[in-house]
Amino acid sequence: MSGQDIFFYVFSALAVAFSLLVVLGKNPIYSALSLVMVFFCVAANFVLLQAQFIATIQVLVYAGAIMVLFIFVIMLLNADAQSADLGKRRPFQAIAAVLCVALFALFAWSVKNGTTSPERAGFTPEKVASLGGNTQVLSELMFSDYILPFELTSLLLLVGIAGSVAIAKRKLEGARAESPKEGQA
Amino acid sequence: MDRIELIWMGVKIGAVVFTMLSSVPVMVWVERRGSALMQNRLGPNRVGPLGILQAPVDVVKLLFKEDFIPAHVEKVIFVLAPAVLLIPAFMTFAVVPFAGDIAIDGKALHAQIADLDVGILYVLAISSLGVYGIIMAGWASNNKYSMIGSLRSSAQMISYELSLGLSVLGMIMMAESIHLRDIVAAQSGHIFGFLPRWGVFTQPIGFIVFLTASFAETNRLPFDLPEGESEIVAGYHTEYGAMKFALFFMAEYMNMLVASALISTLFFGGFQLLPGMGRLIDPTGALIAKFFTAGNPADWGRLALEAVSFSIKVGFFMWFFVWVRWTLPRFRYDQLMNLGWKVLFPLSLANLVVTAALMYLRVI
Amino acid sequence: MLVKSKPSLRHRFYLFEILTGLSITMKNFFFGRKVTIQFPEERRIYSSRFRGLHYIKAVNGVENCTACMLCPTVCPSECIHIEAGERADKEKYPVTFEIDILRCCYCGYCEEACPKDAIKLSAIYEMARLTRADGVLDKENLLVQRGKK
Repeated sequence: MSGQDIFFYVFSALAVAFSLLVVLGKNPIYSALSLVMVFFCVAANFVLLQAQFIATIQVLVYAGAIMVLFIFVIMLLNADAQSADLGKRRPFQAIAAVLCVALFALFAWSVKNGTTSPERAGFTPEKVASLGGNTQVLSELMFSDYILPFELTSLLLLVGIAGSVAIAKRKLEGARAESPKEGQA
Repeated sequence: MDRIELIWMGVKIGAVVFTMLSSVPVMVWVERRGSALMQNRLGPNRVGPLGILQAPVDVVKLLFKEDFIPAHVEKVIFVLAPAVLLIPAFMTFAVVPFAGDIAIDGKALHAQIADLDVGILYVLAISSLGVYGIIMAGWASNNKYSMIGSLRSSAQMISYELSLGLSVLGMIMMAESIHLRDIVAAQSGHIFGFLPRWGVFTQPIGFIVFLTASFAETNRLPFDLPEGESEIVAGYHTEYGAMKFALFFMAEYMNMLVASALISTLFFGGFQLLPGMGRLIDPTGALIAKFFTAGNPADWGRLALEAVSFSIKVGFFMWFFVWVRWTLPRFRYDQLMNLGWKVLFPLSLANLVVTAALMYLRVI
Repeated sequence: MLVKSKPSLRHRFYLFEILTGLSITMKNFFFGRKVTIQFPEERRIYSSRFRGLHYIKAVNGVENCTACMLCPTVCPSECIHIEAGERADKEKYPVTFEIDILRCCYCGYCEEACPKDAIKLSAIYEMARLTRADGVLDKENLLVQRGKK
């Protein structure tokens, strides 16, 4: 077993362990922090696959930005162990378990029979390195062949931002209308 | 990896870690004496010559204090938080080049711990993790002041991260690379025949935005909202004492060091020699050749002088952080957010657009 | 009255103002007169009216005090304790004379009240003691001539 294999198993085991903690943990903050660790371990596995760009973006976007907001919300809502216990959750658990197994089966099937594995698409680590590193290769692909999906995604994000601003603004105006004495105070 | 590369790697890591660790007590001393002199006081001047031993003595004190954990805290996270804050600060320095290349036995060795494919993105990714230390500390302390402090701090860091990233983009576009060594190399030469082609002259707006944002990212004055004696006691580290508090303190100075190194690398030519240092290369090389011989002595001289000029630039910005701290009053929280979102963010976007347009028109 | 004035463009641009501020701090850093008094070596000179640690004035080794009890009477914090006695020459004198400097408020009434110019407040202001008991000055201690007054 080479050093890379050892690292792969270590990080994968950690990822599985932390993702179990995410699901089974009683305290939402611990779950969220475990999720950060999961992202980290997955990022480490990306690095082992010579995909540093994806690893960095994983850390930057998921661990560095999105999870911070999650934790923010959890802290501000003061969600403790009791509120996580929602009572009638047995049916949800069953549905979730079925869906997870189905998703896992789908992944396993697509990894086994899929046609887009890196070797088949011609992106071996050596070739990527010779083209100027995976940041360059990725950005060139993204801004040439895949420009339409890329721009559509950013449009989607823009719509999301506009929607959240609109909702927040309506709430703000509603709050203002409810407190008429604000001007005098 | 052969023997020379392994030795070189060890030397690099040792030098960087040693310098980072030892810079903290020195900076504490500089900050205390500097602030005192700016306020027409003298500052600590009793322990050792000019009081330089004050900081080591403080370290000894902090190490031997009782490591107290209050009863009402969430123990695991409470203990983890200082480390979570400190480690990213250390990790960030891995991609910063502190001198040029050197050839030994025909192998080019970089004076940079890891030449990652993602370059500056790594810095942004890792520095965005520092916020977890603060959030964890604030939440685990189970104290409303700590909580408010950590919420303020994380909101501030997230807000300014955007401007920070966008202001770097101008430099990345001009260097046409995200590798820090390429960005440094792109800053060689002169513009108008006399000004060094440093980022501060080619990207002045980017520089100002980056500088301001890095003040906010390091939680230093004028943006030290996470702390505030009069309103939220000591903010997120209210409940901490002894060495755990010292780790927060160290992390602040580490972040300052990383920010200074990034400012020098991106906007002040990085390890490139300061003007006029070129004629010192040969004498320095001859001096080094007296101790050991490997490769070309002139190269070693260049390497040493490059490391020195990088240290001078970083040192200046460390001093600048202190200097600004004792000059400007702190911002109110709404002013901070207004500055971040309504001034710096549009400014960095405009800078990006203008840079792109000028590059498209081949003006620069 | 609340006066609102819009700052000038130069003010709102902020950067020039920051540079002005930085130059001011730098000027102070290099050229500012440092006001720190290096305590054990240097001492602050107080006015000659300063009221510090007490002493009893003695002439030729004999205290001026005649134990008239005016000072414990006038003392607002009741920190002076005198036991009177008689010398061989029928002169009244204090057998014990104690001042609790932890209670004393250094008002100086005792000095004003004294008809014999005996109790005095010196210019000494270092009063730190290791124990509370040390804070009570006895006669022997008070007879150390501390003052210039």
